[in-house]
Amino acid sequence: MDRIIDQQLDLLRDKLLLLGGTTEAALQRAMRSLTERDSKLAKQVLEDDKIIDQMELDIDRFSVEILALQQPAAHDLRFVISVAKITPILERIADHAGSIAKAALVLNDEPQLKKYVDLPMMADNAAEMLRTALDAFTAEDATASRRIIEQDKVIDKSYKRVFDELITIMIDNPSATASAAHLLFVAKHLERIGDYVKDICELNVYLREAAFIKHSKIQ
Amino acid sequence: MSKISVSNLNFFYGKAQALHDISLDIPEREVIAFVGPSGCGKSTFLRTLNRMNDTIPSARVEGQVLIDGKNIYEANTDVASLRRKVGMVFQKSNPFPKSIFENVAYGVRINGIHKDKADLNVRVEKALHDAALLDEVKDRMNTSAFGLSGGQQQRLCIARALAVQPEVILMDEPASALDPIATQKIEELVVELKKQYTIVIVTHNMQQAARVSDRTAFFMLGKLVEVNPTQKMFTNPDEKLTEDYVTGRFG
Repeated sequence: MDRIIDQQLDLLRDKLLLLGGTTEAALQRAMRSLTERDSKLAKQVLEDDKIIDQMELDIDRFSVEILALQQPAAHDLRFVISVAKITPILERIADHAGSIAKAALVLNDEPQLKKYVDLPMMADNAAEMLRTALDAFTAEDATASRRIIEQDKVIDKSYKRVFDELITIMIDNPSATASAAHLLFVAKHLERIGDYVKDICELNVYLREAAFIKHSKIQ
Repeated sequence: MSKISVSNLNFFYGKAQALHDISLDIPEREVIAFVGPSGCGKSTFLRTLNRMNDTIPSARVEGQVLIDGKNIYEANTDVASLRRKVGMVFQKSNPFPKSIFENVAYGVRINGIHKDKADLNVRVEKALHDAALLDEVKDRMNTSAFGLSGGQQQRLCIARALAVQPEVILMDEPASALDPIATQKIEELVVELKKQYTIVIVTHNMQQAARVSDRTAFFMLGKLVEVNPTQKMFTNPDEKLTEDYVTGRFG
């Protein structure tokens, strides 16, 4: 028979993975609402953010309950701490997805400034990083987590390219500045999501190795 | 130099070996907690540190226990003076059927440590103060120690141990029979006493080990499985056995 704490840790893991999956879906739908100019979908993403907020609160409450009543130690303690720290990161990623949806609502009412190429690529990279980071969390795979951290550089490079391109558009065509600025924000949101996934991976390493690699040059 | 240095210690009850090849250094003014399942040898080991096991006829010790560099198992060791230096507090408080004052004064008197009556009073008061009991008993020093609560009786026993000016205090589950408030007082006292004494504490209460000790040693089947800083033992122990024990996965 499983110990009570094992059952609760399993449930906590399931709750986190559900939040992770819902966040990943929010990001993909927000990007679709932009690339397919689907404002209805954008509104749905914003509406669904409330569900994600509730999931965050539920995990917060459950983590505190496990800490108080089960008094976990060693790996169990690191697991609860990791979940408690990953949860708000996922919620913030979902907030960024909401911000992308808000930008889509504005941009979809304007003529499309340019063909979206780099932004969907950045979004695909970010979503892939998030999915593999959550897989690495489940498998407690520190090696994979370190690999994912490296992938953030690809998103950073894309962001720089998009930034330069949009600044050029603003200079060349001042009437497009507002739309270009919104697209710049979208790119920034995606870049930030990459950073957040990095934070998740750092917590995966903590879970596995009890090592804090955040703010450390040698990861 | 370590305050206590144990090397290759084996301990036998008749033919049964209770401790296997234990080596452990304890620096001065450290609180070290011994944890492990019942029968793992942690209390037996604690008692080897002031030769309390000598009273068991079939007991036999091999190896070395150095305190301040001197092997306490050498034939010429003065065991009474060893136990003055290495005091002990037991699981169940065991005050003498005497007054509060006499309980603390007893060890000072029989060891002839005090100069005169005034000095004795000072020593008793200081011991009670250091055991965080003085304020609660100063108006009834001559009443029976049995009138104290369980937690107070335990602190009285700590005062009794302190009165003879030990350097090491061994505590065998000192709070296991106490309620949470009395337990908290004992734990606060341990943290306070650490400034002056080296403290070895055996406990079944893992959270207590986590709260009061600098290092934790985990014993199993008479062997020292792991000793590490307490923070490490409870967040990331080196040994799988320790991990299983501190997380309660022990089958």
